[in-house]
Amino acid sequence: MESDIILRVNGREWPLRVDTRTTLLDALRERLGVTSPKKGCDHGQCGACTVLLDGRRINGCLVLAVACDGSEVVTAEGLGTDGELHPVQQAFVDHDGFQCGYCTPGQVCSAVGMLEEVAAGWPSAAGRPVADTPVLDDAEIRERMSGNLCRCGAYANIVTAVRAAKEVSR
Amino acid sequence: MNPFDYRRAEDAAGAVATVAADPRAMFLGGGTNLVDHLKLGIVDPDLLVDVTRLLPDGVEPLPDGGVRIGAGMRNSDLAADPLIRRRYPVLSQALLSGASGQLRNAATTGGNLLQRTRCVYFQDVTMACNKRRPGSGCSAFGGYTRYHAILGASEHCIATHPSDMAVALSALDATVVVQGTDGERRVAMTELHRLPGDAPERDTVLRHGDLITAVELPDLPFAARSRYRKVRDRASYAFALVSVAAAVDLSDGVIREARIALGGVAHKPWRATRAEAELRGARPTEETLRAAAEAELAEARPVEGNEFKPTLARNTLVATLRDLVEEERTR
Ligand SMILES: Cc1cc2nc3c(=O)[nH]c(=O)nc-3n(C[C@H](O)[C@H](O)[C@H](O)COP(=O)(O)OP(=O)(O)OC[C@H]3O[C@@H](n4cnc5c(N)ncnc54)[C@H](O)[C@@H]3O)c2cc1C
Ligand code: FES
Ligand code: FES
Repeated sequence: MESDIILRVNGREWPLRVDTRTTLLDALRERLGVTSPKKGCDHGQCGACTVLLDGRRINGCLVLAVACDGSEVVTAEGLGTDGELHPVQQAFVDHDGFQCGYCTPGQVCSAVGMLEEVAAGWPSAAGRPVADTPVLDDAEIRERMSGNLCRCGAYANIVTAVRAAKEVSR
Repeated sequence: MNPFDYRRAEDAAGAVATVAADPRAMFLGGGTNLVDHLKLGIVDPDLLVDVTRLLPDGVEPLPDGGVRIGAGMRNSDLAADPLIRRRYPVLSQALLSGASGQLRNAATTGGNLLQRTRCVYFQDVTMACNKRRPGSGCSAFGGYTRYHAILGASEHCIATHPSDMAVALSALDATVVVQGTDGERRVAMTELHRLPGDAPERDTVLRHGDLITAVELPDLPFAARSRYRKVRDRASYAFALVSVAAAVDLSDGVIREARIALGGVAHKPWRATRAEAELRGARPTEETLRAAAEAELAEARPVEGNEFKPTLARNTLVATLRDLVEEERTR
């Protein structure tokens, strides 16, 4: 069955007729040609499909496109402005935060969402009392970014890149 | 995946009527379990009724001192709620120990409660599974059982309930508010999920078409010092092998009350009533804590492949209680 929806993707509005079975990830990649979100597992287990949905990081593979009707989606393509990389993207380049790059668009979107969560004072399971205001040390970065796997194992530099991005965004 | 219709529900009564009238209709929350199951072929709905826009999504204080959590509230928002963090830290911790930042941003309170087992045989439609296809048999016996039950299981099913949040809610004596075709009713959190018995296809006592609209927590001052401890195969983004949610009311060196639930050990969050009874009125020595854990695990029946779990559960329970007692003493 089909449904008419409107997605705002990276600032541009797309009216679309989608099969109700289509995930947001497939709609982006196969219908709109927005290919930075990757399909690693298609089951919520890797984070390669991470995009920002109405400003929050989510897995594009586990949300139906119809459920996103009227929503704003930002992918790695939409993070930068006027030919400038987003500070998180720049930090990944500066600190070698990737090898093959397959997980990177998801890592970058996840980091952007995660930094917002920290700024909003959200706690994590890294060990600090949940009632405290979070401080983003390396243990916190690892815990908060655990939803993004990297098959190449570039984790050490991903942590460095996210730490650097946090410094810039302060 | 077969075609299905999708509808955004406008009001709870309408959503309930629609789903109740169609045996193949299902509610859709954040979709993080249901969409996965569509892909795996575990479910085959003809209609999804999206309830995320109609359900309440905040935490409200109640006149009796408790709080009411909207069933549409996302797991990440609930974990970050200032009132929950201060008064029921075990709930924040349990939520934050589950899934990933991305998944918690999508998952709802109602969907989290009704997520289904992660038993690999349940998730693989080519395998026999009494929960998925009643009467087909259970492939877990003699198979991969690390995540399977040691308490309250049956010969028909040894699956565990995977939710961390539900374990904390059980310890906290939460109440689940349900809207059905004949109006609203309230179900104790500890009664929501079932033991498998000879009907493992039924995870809960809910009927088809029942909509969870809220979860209520009672006023429980000593829960301000409560903890969730989760043991797993990797440090993050993994389900529990064993977990413990606990709160202890300690005064003048005596335990007045304890609230304890275990995760990863049974078909439902396992409220540790025996351990609680052992602890009530006792001095929190290492021996009493251990005796309480022994009492709770006395009936544990591991299967081939999870023989380590009773010991793991006992030790995790003792460690959690010890931490809480220590925290109370140094307060
Ligand atoms: C890779 C991965 C790792 C995970 N790790 C963990 C973990 O460590 N710990 C943990 O606890 N969880 C974990 N989860 C599970 C996650 O917490 C659940 O998928 C999520 O909580 C389900 O919520 P949802 O809103 O997305 O539910 P949905 O997928 O939308 O729905 C789940 C079920 O609930 C029903 N439903 C939804 N809302 C209602 C309602 N209001 N009333 C009645 N029925 C309703 C649906 O019909 C469906 O049957 C993990 C998931 C994934 C994919
Ligand atoms: S593709 Fe979505 S989490 Fe792996
Ligand atoms: S850089 Fe290759 S998967 Fe992460």
